[in-house]
Amino acid sequence: MEKLKSLADLKRIREEAKTKLDLRVRGDNPEGLVQVKVAMATCGIASGAKQTMDFFVEELDKRGIGAVVTQTGCMGYCYAEPTVEVQLPGQESVVFGYVDRKKADEIIEKYIKNGELVEGIIPVNYEKID
Amino acid sequence: MHLLVCGGTGCRASESNLILESLKRELEEKGLSSEVQVIMTGCFGFCEKGPVVKVMPDNTFYVHVKPEDAGIIVAEHVIKGRPVQRLLYVDPKSKEQVPDSKHMGFYRKQIRIALRNCGFINPENIDEYIARDGYASLGKCISELTPADVIDIIKKSGLRGRGGAGFPTGLKWEIASKNKADQKYVVCNADEGDPGAFMDRSVLEGDPHSVLEAMTICGYAIGASKGLIYIRAEYPLAIHRLKIALKQSKEYGLLGKNIFGTDFNFDIELRYGAGAFVCGEETALISSMEGRRGEPTNKPPFPAEKGFFGKPSNVNNVETFANIPVIISKGWEWFSSIGTEKSKGTKVFALAGKINNVGLIEVPMGTTLREIIFEIGGGIKNGKKFKAVQTGGPSGGCLTEKHLDTPIDFDNLVAAGSMMGSGGMIVMDEDDCMVSIAKFFLAFTVEESCGKCAPCRVGNKRLLELLTHITKGNGTMADIDRLKNMCNVIKDTSLCGLGQTSPNPVLSTINNFMDEYVAHVTEKRCPAGSCRELMKYSIIVDKCVGCTACARGCPVNAISGERKGPHFIDQEKCIKCGACFEKCKFGAVLIK
Repeated sequence: MEKLKSLADLKRIREEAKTKLDLRVRGDNPEGLVQVKVAMATCGIASGAKQTMDFFVEELDKRGIGAVVTQTGCMGYCYAEPTVEVQLPGQESVVFGYVDRKKADEIIEKYIKNGELVEGIIPVNYEKID
Repeated sequence: MHLLVCGGTGCRASESNLILESLKRELEEKGLSSEVQVIMTGCFGFCEKGPVVKVMPDNTFYVHVKPEDAGIIVAEHVIKGRPVQRLLYVDPKSKEQVPDSKHMGFYRKQIRIALRNCGFINPENIDEYIARDGYASLGKCISELTPADVIDIIKKSGLRGRGGAGFPTGLKWEIASKNKADQKYVVCNADEGDPGAFMDRSVLEGDPHSVLEAMTICGYAIGASKGLIYIRAEYPLAIHRLKIALKQSKEYGLLGKNIFGTDFNFDIELRYGAGAFVCGEETALISSMEGRRGEPTNKPPFPAEKGFFGKPSNVNNVETFANIPVIISKGWEWFSSIGTEKSKGTKVFALAGKINNVGLIEVPMGTTLREIIFEIGGGIKNGKKFKAVQTGGPSGGCLTEKHLDTPIDFDNLVAAGSMMGSGGMIVMDEDDCMVSIAKFFLAFTVEESCGKCAPCRVGNKRLLELLTHITKGNGTMADIDRLKNMCNVIKDTSLCGLGQTSPNPVLSTINNFMDEYVAHVTEKRCPAGSCRELMKYSIIVDKCVGCTACARGCPVNAISGERKGPHFIDQEKCIKCGACFEKCKFGAVLIK
């Protein structure tokens, strides 16, 4: 990695990183990528988030679905771990709770492939600052 | 199109499953079931207005929906695209109907500032943090503001320490900046030790860079070139992610020498604690970092004067730091517009105990307990009755029904006999015995007392003995007075915050639930039915069929009786294990 020697350097990195994130979020092209975020804090991992994450990584690849699977921190829904946020290109993201391998399989087959929602949605009820 | 039906406990109790079925049936009749999907979701947290149904993608939010409303929702909304006016949510203030959930005040109850990136970015990728304007505040401070400007912004923002005591952060920074020394330190207190609190861990695991950026800003403001994070070794994942974050920001030159091409240098190191509660107290924390026993010392001198190895040190908690970059980027005016008069911004709470939506929430200061427990938290588990909530962990007190509508901030909680602490909230229902709760927290402080001063070391131990005495049915009214006296002595004479606050759970339960203490000592009865020694098992003769199952299950042979005849429990022998109660298929065993 190069060193950032000025604010201008930081801004450049920020623009590059933003574009990458935006592409993932907006997904202008119909083949835009599906984004899957797995909450991987200690509590999530203890409830099996690691297995869930591995499952998404392997199965999405096997089933030929263009997706980015990333880990993230705690979403706050401790009662429903493991929690996973799925964002289909150009759509609002949806958070699912209690995602074990079986649920993950259902999410891939129904929601990611066909846009059909499955049970286990956690309604997000907070405002995020930008 | 999707119809989301709330499947939370509250909504399910008011027949949301029937709504789901009726909606499905209506759609099928109209031949729409392939295009419109009906899904049951988790709790919307809007239980008071339940059952709720949300229509996606237009976010229309229907409240108080009944199964018979399914027809009109399908006929009007799904087919004709017109929202059903009478089912829309009416804003209590403006008295106007709210067309979609994005405009509902309820969804603005939670604002995430400290948790802004938690669960949103990949914590192991610095670029994602930078994309969310990370390190821009640091850049702004170093290139546009003087250290005095930075301190001024933090002071004006009204930010107070999130670790418990609520000391004004800007003032702390100012004191540290004025003390002259060849070396100063910025210390991050990540020794989160309250039972039931885990917000600091979540911030470090979900957004470690925000803490690193804030510490660097603090270093610039107070004139320190070194930062230390004191974190408990019990948080391996947080340590792992911090190490990655440190490596990345060093590679980018955001830590190290000549940050952003200026002559400002700052570096951060980790220090591990062994997980002692007392090390959350700043002087004990510093002792532990110096390699000595984690014991507190008298204040003054405060760490801002003589801290780590005698040098001026500024100690702030993780959540406090997580707020700093946002205050710089969005301005103190914005931050101080949130919250109450004397407590600005938001607070993260960890909801635990007998509550449906156990989890981490972040709400503006001034939110009421009722909003937190019954709306965001989804109410009490299994439809039981709310009894009390313990805030501030073992140093706090319990708040009851009468405090539910008190706006929560630092000062109101102290006035109500509790404290903010680090933000743990343990919710209790009618089955919890308040004497046992006080005993539980006291057992924790007895275990965690460092033993340096007598009031805490000896006094808390005696308190615990008295409480145990009472829960076993051996207490007297004089014991309750003795408890109160001793609590006050411990509070007044202990050296550090641990001892000064440890009697709080006892005092607040005596103040709010004196009747339970009295029942334990005078009637030898536990009103919540949780103190085992005070329970009495007996057999209802009329219901007993003489199957002998209880007698065979009793481990101490306390039950006698002929086959097909009524059985009896010998109270002298009974150890109150409850085996007979579980064995009896006829409900003949009575617990009192």
